[in-house]
Amino acid sequence: MQVYLEFEKPIAEMEGKIAELRAISKDDPEVNILNEVTRLEEKVATQLEKTYKSLNPWQKTLVARHPSRPHFVDYIDHLVDDFTPLSGDRLYSDDQAIIAGLGRWQGRRVAIMGHEKGANTQARLKHNFGMARPEGYRKAIRVMELAERFNIPLVTLVDTSGAYPGIGAEERGQSEAIARCTEKCLQIGVPFVSVIVGEGGSGGALALATANRILMLEHSIYSVASPEACASILWRSREKAKEAAEALKVTAESLSDLGVIDRILKEPVGGAHRERNLVIDQVGDAVIEELDSLSHLSADELRRDRRQKFLDMGRQGIT
Amino acid sequence: MNWIKNFVRPKFESVFRGKDDTEENLWINCTECGEMIFHRDMDDLGKVCPGCDHHMRLSTKERFELLFDSSYDLVDSPEVPVDPLKFKDQKRYIDRLKDARNKTGMRDAVSIGVGDISGVETVVVVQDFAFMGGSLGMAAGEAVIRGGETALEKNCPFIVVAAAGGARMQEGIMSLMQMPRTTVIIQELRDRGLPYIVILTDPTTGGVTASYGMLGDVHIAEPGALIGFAGPRVIQDTINEKLPEGFQRAEYLLEHGMVDMVVHRHKLAETLGRLLRLLIDPQSSQAKQAVPAGE
Ligand SMILES: [Zn+2]
Repeated sequence: MQVYLEFEKPIAEMEGKIAELRAISKDDPEVNILNEVTRLEEKVATQLEKTYKSLNPWQKTLVARHPSRPHFVDYIDHLVDDFTPLSGDRLYSDDQAIIAGLGRWQGRRVAIMGHEKGANTQARLKHNFGMARPEGYRKAIRVMELAERFNIPLVTLVDTSGAYPGIGAEERGQSEAIARCTEKCLQIGVPFVSVIVGEGGSGGALALATANRILMLEHSIYSVASPEACASILWRSREKAKEAAEALKVTAESLSDLGVIDRILKEPVGGAHRERNLVIDQVGDAVIEELDSLSHLSADELRRDRRQKFLDMGRQGIT
Repeated sequence: MNWIKNFVRPKFESVFRGKDDTEENLWINCTECGEMIFHRDMDDLGKVCPGCDHHMRLSTKERFELLFDSSYDLVDSPEVPVDPLKFKDQKRYIDRLKDARNKTGMRDAVSIGVGDISGVETVVVVQDFAFMGGSLGMAAGEAVIRGGETALEKNCPFIVVAAAGGARMQEGIMSLMQMPRTTVIIQELRDRGLPYIVILTDPTTGGVTASYGMLGDVHIAEPGALIGFAGPRVIQDTINEKLPEGFQRAEYLLEHGMVDMVVHRHKLAETLGRLLRLLIDPQSSQAKQAVPAGE
C-alpha cells in the first residue's frame, strides 16, 4: 500500500483514479480505459516531478521519515552478502535501535552499522523507532574497535530522530556513550564512510556520522534538533515545525553549502520510497567509490584526515 | 597570541544591584531555602548559601578568581562567522546575540584563562550560563579548541568548567559540529599525556555533556548540579511518568558512576591542585615545567 504525504494529495487522487479505472476494466473488459489511464499517468509523472523538484525543508523532513523509505535492513538485504550481525555491548544489553555487524558490501569486506527504525509496528517497538540507548552506542564502539583490529573499513547508515530520552538511558550514561562513540569515530585507523539515508537527528546521529566522508541522500535531513523540538524551544509551539525546519537549514543542499557533508546522492522522482532498489544500488556504488578514494591512506593518515576535516569545518566558506 | 588583562565589567554588580541602594537590597534571598544573605558576604562564601549549601551560579570572573591562586591572563577567543544560518525565529538571532552581549558584556559564552592552581600552570575554560544559557555554538566551540591548543602550547593541564543548556539552536548543524570538533582537541591533549579535567556545574546538558563534558580524565561535579543528556522536561514528556527524586543531579551521577566526585565549591580549588599534582609526573617530559621546582 502506497502511503501518501500531506503535500502529495493531488498525486494520491490521480493514482486513486487510475486504480479505480483498472478495477472497472477488470470487471468489464468492454470499457476502454487505456487513453484515460495513460493521460492520468502522464499527469502523475509531471506532478511528481514538479512537486519533488521544489520540496521545502519541512516536506523533505516528511519524505525523510516516509515509512516506505529504505531502512538499514533493506540496504543490508540488497547490498551485503554474508551479513553477520554482532550483538551486545558486553556491559548491559543489546540495543536493537542500532544494528552492527560484518559482511561483504558489494563483495567488499566491511564492518557496517546503522540505526533501524523498523517498518511495521512490531519492528518499530523492537528497534525502539531507531532511538538508541547507551548500549547501542557502546555496541557501536565495540564493533568499531573490532573493525580497526582486523583492518576492516567501516560503513555507517544514519537514520534516527535522535538518541532515546529516558530514565534508564540517563542512568546508564547516554551522554557519556555518545561522547565516547563520537570519539571512537575520530580515532579509528580504517576508512570510514557514512551515509545519512533518512533522518540525521542530533547527537544520536552524529555519534555514527563522524566519518572521513559524509554522504547524504537528496531528501534526507541532518539537524542539531528535530524541527519539532526546535519549534517547541524557540517558538514555544511544536506547530511551528515547518518554520523551524526552514530556519535550521536541514536539507542536503544547505549542509553541502555549509561544508558539513561531502556529497549528495540524487533520489528518483517521487523520493527514495518510490524506487527503493534504485536508491539502494546507488548508495551501494557511492560507498564503494568513497572507500576506494580512501584506500591509499595509512591508518594515521585516515585519522588525521578525519580530525582535520572536522577542525576545518566552519573555518572557511561561511560568511 | 593576544593577551588581554582587562575583563568585562563584573556581572556581580548587574545581578545583585537593586534599583536603588536601600537597606533591603543589600540582602539576597537564597533561591533554594530563602535564607537572607548579606550581599557582601556572598563573595566570601563563593555564592554558596550558608543555610542550605545551595551552590548558586558564578560569573566567569568569579569562577576564574575561585580557581586560580592569584592573578591570571585571559586568552582571546578566535573570531567566528556570526549567524551562519541567518537564523530567525520570532526574533532574529543576530538581535538575540546583540542583546546577550549588551546584557553580559561578553562576546560569547566561553572564556579562556591561564594561571596557576596550587602553583601548577593551567588553562581554564569557563562556560557561562548567563550568556544565552551557555549554549555551544561556533564561538564557544572555537574557544574550547583554542583553550586546548593553549594547553598544548604551554604543555600544561586543561580544565573546562562546563555549563550549558545544550546546543546553540540558532546555529543549527554548525552547533552540532562543535561536538566532534571539541573532541578532536581533547584527543590531542590525551595523545600528549596532558591532564584534562571537567567540572560540571549547574546545569550541563545536551551536546556539551555528550562531547567534551564527558571525556575528562577526571569528572568533578558541583553539588546539586543538573547534569544529563536530555532535559528533564523532554524525558517527562516522552515517558509520561514521574522522574525519580534527585534524578540527573550531581549526586545521582556519582551514584551511577558517571562522575568521579562531587566537590563542595569551598574545596574545589584545593581538590584541583591536589589532582593536578598527582596527575603530572615530574620525571616525565610531559608538563614537566608545570610542576614548580622542589616537588
Ligand atoms: Zn539556601
